[in-house]
Amino acid sequence: MREAAVEVRDVVVRYGDVVAVDGVSLTVPRGGILALLGNNGAGKTSLLQVCEGFRRPDAGSARVLGRDPVADHDDLMPRLGIMLQSGGVYPWATAGDILRLFASFAARPLDTDMLLDRLGLRKFAKTTFRRLSGGEQQRLSLAVALVGRPELVFLDEPTAGMDVGARQTTWELVESLRADGVSVLLTTHLLDEAESLADHVVIMDNGVVAATGTPAELTAAAGIDLLQVRAEPALPVAGLAARLDVKVTEDTPGEYAIAGSLDTEAIAAVLGWFAAAGAQVTAVNTRRRTLEDVYLALTAGAAR
Amino acid sequence: MSTDAGTFTPAPGRAPMRAILRSQIRMELLLTARRGEAVVLAMGVPLLVLLGAGLTRATNVPGDDRLGFVVPGVLALTVMSTAFTGQAITTGYERGYGVLKRLGASPLTRPGLLFSKTAAILCLVAVQVLVLALVGVAVGWRPELSELLPAIGVTVLATAAYCGLALLIASVLRPETTTAAATLIYVLMLAAGGIMFAAPDLGTAGHFLLPLAAHAEALRDTLTNGAAVPASIWLSLTLWAAVALTAAARKFRWE
Repeated sequence: MREAAVEVRDVVVRYGDVVAVDGVSLTVPRGGILALLGNNGAGKTSLLQVCEGFRRPDAGSARVLGRDPVADHDDLMPRLGIMLQSGGVYPWATAGDILRLFASFAARPLDTDMLLDRLGLRKFAKTTFRRLSGGEQQRLSLAVALVGRPELVFLDEPTAGMDVGARQTTWELVESLRADGVSVLLTTHLLDEAESLADHVVIMDNGVVAATGTPAELTAAAGIDLLQVRAEPALPVAGLAARLDVKVTEDTPGEYAIAGSLDTEAIAAVLGWFAAAGAQVTAVNTRRRTLEDVYLALTAGAAR
Repeated sequence: MSTDAGTFTPAPGRAPMRAILRSQIRMELLLTARRGEAVVLAMGVPLLVLLGAGLTRATNVPGDDRLGFVVPGVLALTVMSTAFTGQAITTGYERGYGVLKRLGASPLTRPGLLFSKTAAILCLVAVQVLVLALVGVAVGWRPELSELLPAIGVTVLATAAYCGLALLIASVLRPETTTAAATLIYVLMLAAGGIMFAAPDLGTAGHFLLPLAAHAEALRDTLTNGAAVPASIWLSLTLWAAVALTAAARKFRWE
């Protein structure tokens, strides 16, 4: 069996007395897309730098495509596509110059015009880097990361500074990478980005892993947290709230909102109570927690 | 907008090193050409010195052959200006822009980058030295060409030494500090390096302390007097090049 694309074990990164990454482990399987989700300062970029071989971890280990990212830097570089968080380009070079330069470093590069088209940069081929907008610079950096047809791509906040259209283009591109079997490790602070792109999400907070799983697992673990029931108005719901550990409100007459941690049994009990009360239930709605709720709950908890 | 399936199917690999170096050297030269005004400025001061000190009696120079003293000194000054001052400032800012880090995350290796930078500087130095030498000839300098090869040899050594020093200070200092330090050293050397007037006479020790004075003297010995380069100058410039390049390779930082 081939080794994982990225294998990080108990990595610690310190800047003087500040611990930026405090014992993080994660695995990106071959062909998988893993999103590191977290606020600014959560330690995402530091962890990425360890994987890119720019920084030696203070403890723990990282293996990238089965190799040591620092010791085997030169051997690994042709196999990786790296998108830095910002800059990294000669301000006086044009978008076309830059992409062709990096293409010329690769044995079997992608067609640079195709890539410029694909990222909507064709009309900027003769524009110098410093005159591109932030979002255009980001897209060029992405093109530079992909032009060598890498096996594994590191994307640090790939859509930062992009408008909605550019973000959509970038997401479609990441989907194509998945379809073509490229492994991806990306960082983001955007929940919808993690939810829609990643097979696997690792939520980082203050340098540690706060939660990990597929987007579905992360939200399912939190369960259903709101049940809306429509029935006759003014039912004696205080009894329901007392029997189950839930909060019941009737803001609109006949519209009951039952909030709490609602597993299957609890939902059965709630509906059972309405039946026992002789109510005519005309509508039932559930609301599941989104990744955003999970994330906010986790990071708020850690901040305390 | 869609791309055919399989477009991004991994097919990684490094291009032949020769092709990588050729592209990188071309990029370095292209960027230099884009900042053409910087190249002209880098030659402006040496040109002023050449015409000012070479054609007027503004400074006292040893001996009767004014141009024979000043022109080789100006050539040495140009090498320093481009290979040390210009190179240090450019590299400092490239680090600031994250360019070096980006190149570090590519199949171009560290030796590949150092080699490309030095090769591009050598090309630039060759052009500038040729232009200034021709100006010198136009105003009456009559160089001896019998010792041309040793003159080129010491110039390559000096270029290598300056490149090493430039990359070293650009690695250790912040971009703004690098600019200030490189400019200050340039001005000090212009004043005390034995270009417009004789350097402080420190005997052979001077060859080892001031690479600019050593290089200028070697160019005078060869191009003006048609004599051999003193062994102490060969040794000094070789040592400077070896120490500077080794230190640069060890201290070089991508970030």
